[in-house]
Amino acid sequence: MGRDLGRHESFNESSLLQSAKPQLPMGMAQKATPGTSLEGIRPTYLYKVVLLGSTSVGKSSLAYRYVKNDFKESLPTVGCSFFTQTLNLEAGTVKFEIWDTAGQEKYHSVCHLYYRGAHAALLVYDITNKETLNRAKLWLRDLEKEFLPDEIVIALVGNKTDLAADREVATEEGEEFARTKGLLFMETSAKSNHHVNDIFMAIVSN
Amino acid sequence: MAAPGSSPRDGTPERPGEGVMSPARHPSGEDEEVAAELPAAMMSLGRHHRGEEEEDEEEEEAVTSPACHPSEEEEAAAAVALPAAVTSPGCRRGAEEDVTAAGWRCRRKHVFVLSEAGKPIYSRHGNEEALAATMGVMMALVSFIQSGGNAIRAICSEDRTLVFEQRGPLLLVSVSRTRQTAAQLRRELAFVHEQILSLLTRGGIARVFARRRGYDLRRLLAGAEAVLDRLLSGAAADGRLLLGAARCLPLPAPLRRAVSAALRRAAASAVPAPALAVLAAGGRLVTAARQRALAEGGRLCASDLHLLLNLLGSGAGAGEVWTPVCLPRFNPDGYFYAYAAALGEEEDGGGGDSAVTLILLSTEREGFYAAAGCRRRLEETLRAQGCLGELGAAVRGGAGYGPARAGAPELRHFLYKPLEGPEEMQQLPQFTSPELEEPYASEEEQHRLFDLYHYLHSRVHSPHRPLRLLYHVAEKETLLAWVTSKFELYGCFSPLVTKAGAIGVLTKLLRWLKKEEDWLFIRYPPPYCAAPARPEGAESEG
Repeated sequence: MGRDLGRHESFNESSLLQSAKPQLPMGMAQKATPGTSLEGIRPTYLYKVVLLGSTSVGKSSLAYRYVKNDFKESLPTVGCSFFTQTLNLEAGTVKFEIWDTAGQEKYHSVCHLYYRGAHAALLVYDITNKETLNRAKLWLRDLEKEFLPDEIVIALVGNKTDLAADREVATEEGEEFARTKGLLFMETSAKSNHHVNDIFMAIVSN
Repeated sequence: MAAPGSSPRDGTPERPGEGVMSPARHPSGEDEEVAAELPAAMMSLGRHHRGEEEEDEEEEEAVTSPACHPSEEEEAAAAVALPAAVTSPGCRRGAEEDVTAAGWRCRRKHVFVLSEAGKPIYSRHGNEEALAATMGVMMALVSFIQSGGNAIRAICSEDRTLVFEQRGPLLLVSVSRTRQTAAQLRRELAFVHEQILSLLTRGGIARVFARRRGYDLRRLLAGAEAVLDRLLSGAAADGRLLLGAARCLPLPAPLRRAVSAALRRAAASAVPAPALAVLAAGGRLVTAARQRALAEGGRLCASDLHLLLNLLGSGAGAGEVWTPVCLPRFNPDGYFYAYAAALGEEEDGGGGDSAVTLILLSTEREGFYAAAGCRRRLEETLRAQGCLGELGAAVRGGAGYGPARAGAPELRHFLYKPLEGPEEMQQLPQFTSPELEEPYASEEEQHRLFDLYHYLHSRVHSPHRPLRLLYHVAEKETLLAWVTSKFELYGCFSPLVTKAGAIGVLTKLLRWLKKEEDWLFIRYPPPYCAAPARPEGAESEG
C-alpha cells in the first residue's frame, strides 16, 4: 500500500504534519487516531478530500490516477465513489479518504452527506470547456455556505492538459480566479499523469 | 411466403380497440389522412429546434414507410425457411454519428425517448439533439392520434416495426428491423423506462414535469446514456430480457455454498442490515441473499435485479460506489441506497470484467460505512476460507461453458429456464445458456440467432394459440422450443438434424442439466434475519 516516497521529495514532510495536525478539529466523525507500527509510535491522520465539478471533467480519473496510478476511460460515476490511499511518511501516516462525487445534480443530496468534515475540496474543471469553470464557481459558492474559510482547503484544478490544443480556458484565467478567491491552483492531466500527485500533496501540506 | 398485404393474418396480435396502426391493412381514408397531416404537424413542432426542414421529411419517410408486410405464420412443427435477417453495418455508437447518413438509418434498432413536449431525452444511435426534429414528428404523430380519442401503439411496415409506448410524461419509441414482435419490443421499451425510473423514480420525473412541462430531462439523466446503451446492447444477444430471468455464473456447488453462507453472515451482522446482498461477475449472478422480511414480501423481480446489475455490476475499479437507486417493480417511488465495490481488489490488482462485485441495498441514506464494513467482513471471511482466490480464479478462467459440454455435438446453443425447484430458487428466476461459439461468434450471427429465439418465444407464448413444442427449420439452423410446467427450453441445432433427433438431443440435454443443476444455478439463495427488521422496505423519497 505504501506509496513511493521518492516522488514527493520536494515536500517538507515535517512541516506537512505540523500543519495537518491542528487542522483536525475534534468532534468530527473522523478523528486523528494515533496508530502504532513496527518502528514505534507513528500517528495516523485521516484526511478527507471531496472532488467536485461538472460531469466528465475527469474527477474519477484524477482519483483513479492518484490511487491506482493508472488511467482508463470510465463511465460517468453514479452517486459517489469512495477511494482510500495511505501515505507513509517518515513522521506518520496520512490516510486519504477521497470522495469522488458524480457531476449530475440528481446526486447532490446524497453526496452532500459526505462533504461533512471534509478537510479539502478539489474543484475540478475541464480546460477545454469554459462552462465547466463557471460551474466550478457555483460549486465554490456552495462550499462557502457550508464551511468557514479556515475550515477547509480548496483547490481549483484545471484538468485535461493533455488536450491543450483544444484549450478554452487560459491558465491565467484559472490562476487569476483562484488568486482572488484565495484558492490553490494547479493544472493537471489524469491521462498523462501531470501534477496529479502534486495537487493531492499540495492540499495536505497547505 | 405470402405476398405483401395479401395475408389476412399477421404475426402481431391485433386486439379490437388496441389501435395497431398498419396502413396497408386499414386502407381507409383515416390512415391516409394521418400521413398527409404529418408534414404540417411536424413543421410546427420542428420549428423550435435546429433541424433543417428538408432533413426532417427524409427522416419521416425513413421511419414511417407506409407499406405493410405481414409476417408469415406457419404451422407449429412445420418446416418453413425464414427469410435471412437483414444485418446492419457493425459500426459503433457515438454521439457524433451522422444522423443523416444511410448507416444511421440502416441500424437494426433505434430507441428514442422523448418528453411530452417533444423534447429529446435519449437516442440509442446518434446525438439526440440532432434528432430533435425527428422526435418532434413522433410526438406530433402521437398527439394527432390522441386528439382523435385513440392511441397509436405500433406501425408495421415491410421491414420495420415501430412501437410507441407512452409511460407517464415520457414517450418511448422503438424502430426495429429485428424479428422481435411489437409485444417484445414493447417489453424492451418498458425496460428502458424502468432503467430511467431506477435513477430518478416515477415521482421524481412526474415532479419535474409538473413544475415545467418543457423541462429538459437530460439535465437529470446526464451520464445515464451509457447505462441505457449498455442495457440495450446487452439485450441484443442475451436471454435475460426475453426470459425475464437472471443469468447465473456456473460455480462448483461447495464454493457457491461457502460464498453464500459468508455473504449471509456478513449481511446479517451489519447494522443496519442491507435489504439485499448480491455478488455478481460480468453481469452474471454468483449468489444473492435477502433479508427475510423482504423475501417474504414476494419475489425479487428479475427485471429489477437486472437493472441493478446493469447500473452497478460493471462499475468495478471505480472505488466504492454509493448511490440512490430505485427498484421500479418493487416500489417505483422509493429509493434504496446501493453500495457497490469489487471484492478482493488487493490481490486481484486487475479488476476489469473478471472482478467480482458486491452490491448491497440499504434503506439508510447514511448507510455507507455500515455497507463498507460489511464488505470488509465478507472479504476477511472469504479470504480466511480461501474462497476469494478460488472465486477469482473461477471467474477469470472463463466463467461459462461451451455448448459441447452437454455432450451432444448437434447442439449449437440453447436457453434453459427451470420453472420448478426449491422455493428459494423460485423467488429468483434464473436461466442458463452456453457461451456463443462458432458459427455464432460474430455479432451479426448472434443477432440472427436471437432474432430466431425471439420469434420462437413469441410463437410459444402467443396469447391466441400458445404452443408447447415448436420445431422450426430456419435457413442455416434448426430450432426446437419446448415449454412445460417444469422448464422452458430453446435449442439450436445444425440444419441437418431431424425432428426426432432434435428431441433426442434435448432429452439428453435435460438429463445433463438436471445432473449439473447445483453447478449451474443458485439453488438456495439464502434469506437472512436482520436484528432491526424494517419490513416497510424502501424508504420513501423525501
